Amino acid sequence: MSSRERILGRVRRALADVPSEDTPIERAYLREHGDRSVEETVELLAENLADYRAIVHRCTAADLPATLAGMLAARGAKTVLVPPGLERSWLAEADTEQVPDRVESTPHELDRIDSVVTACAVAVAETGTIVLDGGPDQGRRRITLVPDHHICVVRVPDQVVSSVPQALERLDPARPLTWISGPSATSDIELDRVEGVHGPRTLEVVLVDTQASAEVNS
Amino acid sequence: MSGTFVGMPAFPEAAHEAVNNRTLRGNLRHATHTIRAKREKAVSEVSDWAELREAGKQIKDHTLRHLDRYLVQLEESVVAAGGTVHWAADADEANEIVTKLVQMTGESEVVKVKSMATQEIGLNEALEAEGIRAYETDLAELIVQLGKDRPSHILVPAIHRNRGEIRDIFAREMSEWGRPAPEGLTDTPAELAEAARLHLREKFLRAKVGISGANFMVADTGTLVVVESEGNGRMCLTLPETLISVVGIEKIVPTWQDLEVFLQTLPRSSTAERMNPYTSTWTGTRDGRAGEGDGPQNFHLVLLDNGRSDTLADEVGRQALRCIRCSACLNVCPVYERAGGHAYGSVYPGPIGAILSPQLRGTASEIDASLPYASSLCGACYEVCPVAIDIPEVLVHLRERIVEGGPVVREGNKVVLKPAKGHAAERAAMRAARWAFAHPGALRTGQRLASRTRRLHPRSLPGPGKAWSGTRDLPAVPAEPFRDWWQRTNGGKESGK
Ligand code: SF4
Repeated sequence: MSSRERILGRVRRALADVPSEDTPIERAYLREHGDRSVEETVELLAENLADYRAIVHRCTAADLPATLAGMLAARGAKTVLVPPGLERSWLAEADTEQVPDRVESTPHELDRIDSVVTACAVAVAETGTIVLDGGPDQGRRRITLVPDHHICVVRVPDQVVSSVPQALERLDPARPLTWISGPSATSDIELDRVEGVHGPRTLEVVLVDTQASAEVNS
Repeated sequence: MSGTFVGMPAFPEAAHEAVNNRTLRGNLRHATHTIRAKREKAVSEVSDWAELREAGKQIKDHTLRHLDRYLVQLEESVVAAGGTVHWAADADEANEIVTKLVQMTGESEVVKVKSMATQEIGLNEALEAEGIRAYETDLAELIVQLGKDRPSHILVPAIHRNRGEIRDIFAREMSEWGRPAPEGLTDTPAELAEAARLHLREKFLRAKVGISGANFMVADTGTLVVVESEGNGRMCLTLPETLISVVGIEKIVPTWQDLEVFLQTLPRSSTAERMNPYTSTWTGTRDGRAGEGDGPQNFHLVLLDNGRSDTLADEVGRQALRCIRCSACLNVCPVYERAGGHAYGSVYPGPIGAILSPQLRGTASEIDASLPYASSLCGACYEVCPVAIDIPEVLVHLRERIVEGGPVVREGNKVVLKPAKGHAAERAAMRAARWAFAHPGALRTGQRLASRTRRLHPRSLPGPGKAWSGTRDLPAVPAEPFRDWWQRTNGGKESGK
């Protein structure tokens, strides 16, 4: 008998006492916590991101290229990783050398790059989380992991949801997802929080106001 | 389940040693009290906590009640997404499967994400025996591995170590395993974390094989979920070409939507955060789904039984399989706080360990027979548990079984346990009880909590007391322990209420 059959057989025998009919699961919990306007939800996202030691910037769509250029310059970044589908205009004003995200590049190559700029799939206000789904403007999972500095652009308000349940509804489980709440951190040494053990030590989030697309979420 | 820690004494002896170790007690006390306070705050932010907890309990119960169906569905989904599924009835079989899979890649080293399941089966040792070196990459696990130590907490396995000890371990041992610690390393947490970053990064960047567990597996989509803080998990899950995940069969949730409950309750219960820094989900291989060239080409899922189906056969005890390993119950447990994690003699310490280990492993060994007694039944563990496992109920149930014997399932077969009379198990149990009474500190805290939670107490006695309590209710626990009343009223001289 294969282990598969053995395990399934044991499980079935173990459940001999269980009646076949089943009561449905009670989902009495909330879809979101609190009653907020769209602006308040964005404000909460900014607060919670900052509370988890992400650096938050806000700008208009027109100001985004200058904002990103300024952030990279302030960091002294010489090279920046760019996902294939990132809006080209975003980095139009940056002096930093742009390195495309390619399948062939080795982890060692990625390790030598200073910064990475990506978009995101959705951001969760209540938890201060940004979610990447590997879409063309976000690139492979590893590009936001190996370099020490990650800049993530969130289109507000249309990419912002209030809660974890609302975020899951928007996401496709077939895609590899990375949920990020603040920079890498550990509390393993006497529970003192230290940022940046293995992932990026600095996470900067730019909330870019795209009022033009606001009706998508209304 | 592979045996207890080698040479492990029963709980009372092990606890005795821990109680006499001042550094250990200091480290533990600081840690558990800190997380405890933070958790309360994180939970109070969520107004529907009770409803989330109830839903979590129901989802897990429902899954367990139809586990055969969901296992088959999960297998189909994982295979459809390009993964391969293996079934392991016990620890040896799981180790064999993983060893073969690693050997097939031609590699002799692997990077590991912190995983209880692989600790439970002793995977690192099994790989080592075949000449494969497994590198733990979680900072705490690294401290444990370099220190040739054992984990003592589910969430922060090196909780028993302070910064000075960690510095010494890094300075002494890192060069044995790879990049040495920097010269003049001090004991500041930031410097220690930096040393670990440098030491491990060279391993991540060259790793071809990663090994992980999973916090959840979603049956209808075939998705696996790993929740972590440091990014070492992301490194192991995305950089290597081959990923092997060893996961207990109870870790399934039926649907993608179900994650909405656990992704809210797990972080707040464990690290007391709104959300942990990183959560990764993946479905099959990079070629089997969206996201071209992203992540491992080969994905193997090893479904581990190792005593879980036996646990499922126990109608009272099976609720232990709801556990999502948040470790909240450890941090509130007065016995854990004094005894430390090592005293429990398994990778699952604290209240959950006291009910899980004797079910997964059976109660034949002295340590396993003593574990259900490693508790003051104060009920604090039940109150914090995000899936509402009634740990005191299971403890009493297991005590009864140890003392009275009765039918149980071992390795799929029904066997009848003999009563423990005159048996080593009973002696161990009695010693555990005596241990609790000989340590007024542990007892006092237990009693105070007992007063607060007295409505949760069993109404009948387990074991030999059962005949007596069969016709009577146990006296209710008073609202205030006698000891406290005595002190408050100056020995009864001042009128206490
Ligand atoms: S028993 Fe409950 S509180 Fe303890 S680790 Fe498991 S889920 Fe958490």
